[in-house]
Amino acid sequence: MRIKKNIALSDTGFVFNPTTGDSYTINQVGQEILGFFSENKSLEEITPLMTTTYDIDPPSFEKYFFDFVSMLRQFELLDEENEN
Amino acid sequence: MKTKITVALTGLNNTDNPGPGVPVIRGIRESDFFETRIIGLAYENLEPGIYMDGMVDKTYQVPYPSEGSDILVSRILEIHKKDPIDVLIPNFDAELYAFMRSENLLEEAGIKTFLPTLEQFEERHKTNLPDFGEKYDLTVPFSKPITRIDEIEKLKDEFDYPVMVKGKFYDAYLAYNKEQVRMNYNKISAKWGLPVIIQEFIKGTEVNVVALGDGKGNTIGAVPMRKQYITDKGKAWSGITLDDPKLLEMTHQIIRAMKWRGGMELELVKSHKNELYIIEINPRIPAWVYLAVGAGQNMPEALVKLALGLEVKPFDDYQVGKMFIRYSYDLITDLKEFEKLSTLGEL
Repeated sequence: MRIKKNIALSDTGFVFNPTTGDSYTINQVGQEILGFFSENKSLEEITPLMTTTYDIDPPSFEKYFFDFVSMLRQFELLDEENEN
Repeated sequence: MKTKITVALTGLNNTDNPGPGVPVIRGIRESDFFETRIIGLAYENLEPGIYMDGMVDKTYQVPYPSEGSDILVSRILEIHKKDPIDVLIPNFDAELYAFMRSENLLEEAGIKTFLPTLEQFEERHKTNLPDFGEKYDLTVPFSKPITRIDEIEKLKDEFDYPVMVKGKFYDAYLAYNKEQVRMNYNKISAKWGLPVIIQEFIKGTEVNVVALGDGKGNTIGAVPMRKQYITDKGKAWSGITLDDPKLLEMTHQIIRAMKWRGGMELELVKSHKNELYIIEINPRIPAWVYLAVGAGQNMPEALVKLALGLEVKPFDDYQVGKMFIRYSYDLITDLKEFEKLSTLGEL
């Protein structure tokens, strides 16, 4: 999973989509997940990293993860054309 | 050393439905090339731009185009005789016809303009938009001009509600049923005359492009913007520049195909399927043009250069993510100023 190349993401969690003009704020957990995306990590790699850092079991994390991803998709922030 | 020129322009109505005059002046004033004396041409004596500090050097009242094109142009020539004008920038759709028709007359008197041709003006007219879309292979919403109130009843055969009800120059309202169409038809026709245009409503995000064509098919500048805050009149109260290659390509395509001459504003809707529909093509610089200046494309200055026959290199870049936010401000002035303009027709 990858965020579109032209999406601007600041250290404060401010996300700007220059194609649509929309902007969003994501929290620290969201920023961490987007950081994993930029490192090309898969869900299988992200889940143990998150469940050891935070008090959450893998099934619950995956549920929230997919919610988050579907929101990114809805906001047209995911680079789905260049998905492998 | 800067070149000294005098520019006369309209659109000083910096109200909640602003004309482009004040932002055009700001762009020209920021020019490194020109030292400009600005003559404001005002239709109403309470247009804020008349009284704003640092905007106009002199204001003259002019008659509305509805009083007759010749009367308006005669007044401009009368002003020119005592206060010579190098470049005239009309900023309203409704007055463009008068100035386009008199372009040669103005030129002979020494007043330069840089306007679309009458053919270009007519071609992109709201009433001709479906033909325009077909000719240039552009997606436009289905629309139909109506001139009689009894045509409203039959709209259900060709349109699904809601529909947009638009004036030929200004104003647009969303109508959910025939009663609302009728109400808006009456309101618009009383103000702007006929026809009234009924347009298919496209759900999506409204985006706009300010652009400048050199009349030879080249795009001198183009900056896309999305309205972030919209007033109840549908005007942008804040906006942000976008990085959208599809929008820019469409702008270049239109200017290339039409050989557009002068400023223009494209109004588009991006549907949820990411299709771009052209809603309107306005034949002049829009009121939000100062955003383009702030983003690196001083189109008012470039327009003046084009009018004067100077070489203008196309802008190749602008800053994405630049924002504008309008504000209101209570300007205090003296009755004497108002009195002078009201009685003498100049200030």
